[in-house]
Amino acid sequence: MKLDSKIPDGPMAEKWTNHKFNVKLVNPSNKRKYEVIVVGTGLAGASAAATMAELGYKVQNFTYSDSPRRAHSIAAQGGINAAKNYPNDGDSVYRLFYDTVKGGDFRSREANVYRLAEVSNAIIDHCVAQGIPFAREYGGYLDNRSFGGAQVSRTFYARGQTGQQLLLGAYGALQKEVKKGGVVMHTRSEVIDVVVIDGQARGIISRNLVTGELTRHVADAVVLATGGYSNVFFLSTNAMYCNASAAWRAYKKGAAFANPCYTQIHPTCIPIHGEYQSKLTLMSESLRNDGRIWVPKKVGDKRPANEIPEDERDYYLERKYPSFGNLVPRDLASRNAKQVCDEGRGVGSTGQAVYLDFAEAIERLGRDNIEAKYGNLFEMYNRITDEDPYTTPMRIYPALHYTMGGLWVDYNLMTTLPGLYAIGEVNFSDHGANRLGASALMQGVADGYFILPNTINDYLASADLPKVEADHPAMLEAEQAAEKKLAKLLAINGSRTVDDFHRELGQLLWENCGMSRNEQDLKKALERIPQIREAFWKDVNVPGSAADLNQALEKANRVADFMEFAELMVRDALNRTESCGGHFRTESQTDEGEALRDDEDFTYVAAWEFQGDDQEPVLHKEELVFEEVKLTQRSYK
Amino acid sequence: MSEKINISLKVWRQNRGEEGRFEVYQASEIDTDASFLEMMDIVNEQLTLNGVEPIAFEHDCREGICGCCGTLVNGKTHGSHERTTLCQLHMRKFKNNDQIVIEPFRAKPFKVIKDLIVDRNGLDAIISEGGYISVKTGNAPEAATTPIQREFAEAAMDAAQCIGCGACVAACPNGSAMLFTAAKVSQYALLPQGHPERTRRAKDMVKKMDELGFGNCSNEYECSVACPKGIDVKNIARLNREFIKASLGK
Repeated sequence: MKLDSKIPDGPMAEKWTNHKFNVKLVNPSNKRKYEVIVVGTGLAGASAAATMAELGYKVQNFTYSDSPRRAHSIAAQGGINAAKNYPNDGDSVYRLFYDTVKGGDFRSREANVYRLAEVSNAIIDHCVAQGIPFAREYGGYLDNRSFGGAQVSRTFYARGQTGQQLLLGAYGALQKEVKKGGVVMHTRSEVIDVVVIDGQARGIISRNLVTGELTRHVADAVVLATGGYSNVFFLSTNAMYCNASAAWRAYKKGAAFANPCYTQIHPTCIPIHGEYQSKLTLMSESLRNDGRIWVPKKVGDKRPANEIPEDERDYYLERKYPSFGNLVPRDLASRNAKQVCDEGRGVGSTGQAVYLDFAEAIERLGRDNIEAKYGNLFEMYNRITDEDPYTTPMRIYPALHYTMGGLWVDYNLMTTLPGLYAIGEVNFSDHGANRLGASALMQGVADGYFILPNTINDYLASADLPKVEADHPAMLEAEQAAEKKLAKLLAINGSRTVDDFHRELGQLLWENCGMSRNEQDLKKALERIPQIREAFWKDVNVPGSAADLNQALEKANRVADFMEFAELMVRDALNRTESCGGHFRTESQTDEGEALRDDEDFTYVAAWEFQGDDQEPVLHKEELVFEEVKLTQRSYK
Repeated sequence: MSEKINISLKVWRQNRGEEGRFEVYQASEIDTDASFLEMMDIVNEQLTLNGVEPIAFEHDCREGICGCCGTLVNGKTHGSHERTTLCQLHMRKFKNNDQIVIEPFRAKPFKVIKDLIVDRNGLDAIISEGGYISVKTGNAPEAATTPIQREFAEAAMDAAQCIGCGACVAACPNGSAMLFTAAKVSQYALLPQGHPERTRRAKDMVKKMDELGFGNCSNEYECSVACPKGIDVKNIARLNREFIKASLGK
């Protein structure tokens, strides 16, 4: 395997324009001769499927949900970044590019990030034209707010439901094309495998989740828009069905997996409250503008918050980082919360939480003011915990939220498997080792509306794509393998449930490959994962039949993939002995406790190539070259 | 403080192509801090280990935004708590030894697929008829070209919050999808971008709704009470105005 990033020549600001001119085009009347499979209907998948259908391609779109509108992009709260500079505060394409590269701790590919910043403005234009009700000022013009990691206000938002509104816009575009016949929509259809014929991705095997029937679909190209892998940790803020299966199958068929150890942990989530907990809920980062984070000074202090006097409280972020205080970046806030809890100073019944206290802000600004700013979040908190955050401090704890790693892609968003593309969170390219707030939505729609529809033509127009039939031996073989695997899961009939195994795996990863990592713990996890996997295949209990709607079987099949993927994630974390962004190796930190990069040895993308089930994967390195941005050490003291 | 309660569940079980029936299960030692769906998870874990197939129910985000979840709880959609989806309902709303009846959404166009899961594809079909603005990628003018009065933008956002869960249909005695359709028609009727297609949109979406067997609106307003996003019935009035104008050929 050779990694060719295909970054265009020329000055940074002209690369994308030049590239669009240099790629091969497909004549408008020929586009209908090409069939493209898009897996996923989140922001990236829906926008790509709709846009390619508008161009004239024949698109087959798959989702495991009952409707394309359910995809997890819908849960994004905060907003979407763009370099419009409407507030006249000095923003520009270059500044958005610079902030994103720096925010990613200098581990992303410059040319891709520049292009992202460059198309960001067209996204806002398009979304406004689609009728997305962004927040507006009294003059009728679009409002902006600020987010972490930037000194300008460039975030467009639709209340706390920006993801929902953007997704419904893309979903509308998709339904428009469904009606016209340009997109054939397959709901309740889960992709079970990617099929490779003569070295090219030529189709998929999908399972009808209502009847259990497996079907073979051929195409000229396959696009994965299947999201991130946070749920490998069992508990995360991701929706319950989010999984890594399609990406993992692609990896096993020859697509390199890049930087799997780059995971983002969000500091302000509602803590775990019991063993039955199924998922975690995010409380917007904006709360840290007014809330003060603290724990008791004394270890094991179990008094209620209001009985702990002021001088016995430790406002540890304000103490350690006087200039940024409670507004330090996500990774730092998360690690410090873990540290105080590890010291035995955590609060609540589990001791795995810290206080986020609004008493001072309420006194200073008045309750009405706080209610106007955060009312909906306080209500959500109250509904889940039954506590009143106006009178009792919130309890929060970090949780898995987003994964920066993913399938390796070149500048065209094609993986190392010809004809297989990866867009949105499932690829690796734009966020480096840490994603900035309001950039996930930006990347998802940039890939889907503006980038992929302008790069996929290069492959379709130049690749040799002989006609293949759905009964091609490779298709039949993949179908039989899928059938066998599902039958095997059902036949085990063991003594433990799927969730029980998933929880065990998640806990192991959280403890050893979570907020902070070290060689010893990672090695322990690497030893333990195959044992859990073995136990899973011997003792899992999957009831029901494969010829029916069977949610336990769906879950088992996803967890089986997580069991394998986890090992690669830990291996990557072990290999990267530096700290960077969300990947914190305790062996590599500054005196201030900040992630200490090792630019000399690690300024590369780690792309792993599958070698076989019992073989160690091979590491390929894409050296990152920085022409524009100078590498510096972040400091927030 | 949380406590442990015991609940008796009467749950609708139905396989594809078969008649449905109620089964009774016990949910024991349930922490009142658990969500309703977490209680269902616990029951399902028990059923699995006892060799009974777990109860199929739809869910995904578990934070009230994806619109997947929703059943009738004691005859009420999402259990009928103000602006609360089923996934946000917590067990502290129930008492020890309560009996809870759990059924799928009941509406003619929502066929039961299995147990508590129903087919809501009709809602997508209604959207396909015009629940969007037909702008192709690349067509858009600069975003700040058209200022939009803030009140209209806010009202459009109020309508746009619909999560497509179908509770409005299930709560309506006629099984009407008027509130769902009205929310989408209103969003675009309130924004200038939506005006070029407003006539066709109102007519086509209503036509599809009728075709699919959703009922008519007889002003019961149950939909609005059931809506976990608090979408107002005045949107239905707006849909009616749009539809009448469209029918008059304006």
